[in-house]
Amino acid sequence: MKKISIAIACMLFLMNITMMAQKKNEKVQKVVFNNIDTIKDKAITSPPFSEGIFPCSRCHLNHITNPQKRQLIIHDSISNMFNHDKENRWCLDCHDSKDRNYLRLASGKLLDFRESYKLCGQCHGDKLRDWKVGVHGKRTGKWNGNKQYYLCVNCHNPHSPRFKKLKPLPPPVKQGLRGY
Amino acid sequence: MQQENNAKKSRRDFIKKLSIVTAGTLALASCNSPGFDEFLQGNFKTLSKKEIDKIIKNLEKKYSTKYGKEFKVSAKPAIDGTLFGYALDLSRCIGCRRCVYACVGENNQSRDPQIHWIEVLQMNKEKGIDFSEANAQYNPDLVPEEGHFYLPTSCQQCRHPQCTTVCPTKATWQEPDGIVVVDYNWCIGCRYCMAACPYGARHFNWAEPNIPDEEINPETHYLGNRPRIKGVVEKCTFCIQRSREGKYPACVEICPVGARKFGNLLDPESEIRYILENKRVLILKSELNTQPKFYYFFGV
Ligand code: HEC
Ligand code: HEC
Ligand code: HEC
Ligand code: HEC
Repeated sequence: MKKISIAIACMLFLMNITMMAQKKNEKVQKVVFNNIDTIKDKAITSPPFSEGIFPCSRCHLNHITNPQKRQLIIHDSISNMFNHDKENRWCLDCHDSKDRNYLRLASGKLLDFRESYKLCGQCHGDKLRDWKVGVHGKRTGKWNGNKQYYLCVNCHNPHSPRFKKLKPLPPPVKQGLRGY
Repeated sequence: MQQENNAKKSRRDFIKKLSIVTAGTLALASCNSPGFDEFLQGNFKTLSKKEIDKIIKNLEKKYSTKYGKEFKVSAKPAIDGTLFGYALDLSRCIGCRRCVYACVGENNQSRDPQIHWIEVLQMNKEKGIDFSEANAQYNPDLVPEEGHFYLPTSCQQCRHPQCTTVCPTKATWQEPDGIVVVDYNWCIGCRYCMAACPYGARHFNWAEPNIPDEEINPETHYLGNRPRIKGVVEKCTFCIQRSREGKYPACVEICPVGARKFGNLLDPESEIRYILENKRVLILKSELNTQPKFYYFFGV
């Protein structure tokens, strides 16, 4: 009896290993996916800036940077809504302190606003991975051809990232539940 | 719930008994006065290219006159090497119903009487997927609501559709790309298919469909969103007029949260395959072995 159960345990263990190996292989293959890095004509929606705010350098070129957390006067709506990991974060974790026209990665590399998804991906790697293959977020275009990606910031305000609630369209005229 | 099932079953039995006697009469009664030509027209699947071209031309002329704008009726066949699949992310859907109305507009569904190919069910998070707890009438100021999730339903595009096998006139069938279609010219309105569909995804035109002229979508497909007539059954076709042109269905394009995914199940690089291989996926009523090509998944 004991022997049998040990044998079964061994079998299960081996099965587990082979299954794990398969999973690994799958993951490796997924890297060559039809994704934003390999798509020839990579198309991304343009950053959804408010009118007149960009280029930021219009005001910031001569403006002295103040890294203190505070209530802002000009961008008051942003400092008011700010709730993106608020305890640990502030503006200059994402915006470059010297050249305000750019975002900044943790590595110090400057990033165009059109690539803001890379900034988000620093902390939300799993979401970035799913986004690239079209599973998180949204792509339009052709299912068998070129696609356009929605930026993360099209759906998530980077300063208050929770997806905003919507008003639902009207319910159907009452006919009772269908076949369920 | 149980009661509804029973009611349905007895209705089905009733129609079954009735059918043999009346099939002939029904066919005549529901001819909906199309031209005599149209009435004699062969089954779409058996028509030659030349015959199809002629039918399409006539239809385009008829619709263009009726609605006062240029109509296109496509008869584009399935693209080789495609089998369409659909996946919906239950962890993202917020129940906003944008898809319902995008579908109505794209596919020329009757406004009054109202036909909706998509129905969004509000579910209780604690109960999970339980159709006896489902509510299609929810209407709060804002969605999503605390404690709820949403499950949109429509044709599940089964690999083993029961609706097609019961059709006495072969007016509905599964295309090579997996889309289950209806030829409205052959549908006699017996509604066996509706009784056979476990998902309530087929809809009957009890009256002449009603759509404001200015809202008619003139980009149509013969097996899809071309205008219907009283007495025929209709259903989701994965937007056949769009998908066979490489476009995403209208519901996929409108979804503000990106919960709706569509693609070719035979293409290992498609987002749909990625989901099947990497996410927790479920299908509705799997015990019936209808094998839907409409999947639900959890993207989290
Ligand atoms: C998590 C990273 C992050 C943090 C922290 C952050 N931002 Fe941003 N911010 C962004 C990104 C990304 C954009 C670009 C959005 C777009 O593409 O429209 C942006 C856009 C802006 C804009 C332009 C907004 C508009 O109306 O178009 C301003 C102004 C701005 N940020 C100021 C701030 C200030 C002030 C703070 C601190 C209170 C701050 N940001 C904190 C990432 C961040
Ligand atoms: C109309 C002028 C104007 C424009 C345009 C502008 N800013 Fe500012 N910004 C200011 C002023 C003024 C302050 C200081 C506000 C305060 O101290 O209350 C400020 C403060 C900030 C801060 C807080 C840190 C600091 O240096 O004080 C960030 C971050 C910032 N701006 C980012 C941006 C970004 C990113 C853009 C472009 C998307 C932008 N701003 C465009 C005027 C502007
Ligand atoms: C430096 C790390 C960092 C970066 C960069 C970052 N985030 Fe976050 N984000 C966090 C952390 C930590 C949380 C969870 C804490 C919280 O909810 O405030 C979070 C939470 C979120 C949430 C969930 C919010 C909620 O309330 O459910 C979303 C959505 C989000 N981030 C989107 C983004 C987007 C979009 C970007 C790029 C513009 C981004 N994040 C960049 C660290 C980051
Ligand atoms: C088409 C809209 C859309 C796009 C584009 C999008 N998201 Fe989301 N995301 C959502 C929705 C809807 C949710 C669920 C509601 C929420 O928590 O805000 C969500 C949730 C999240 C969360 C919270 C964790 C979770 O799983 O619920 C994070 C983090 C996040 N998104 C990051 C990103 C990042 C990073 C990108 C870009 C690489 C991105 N999102 C692009 C719509 C989008």
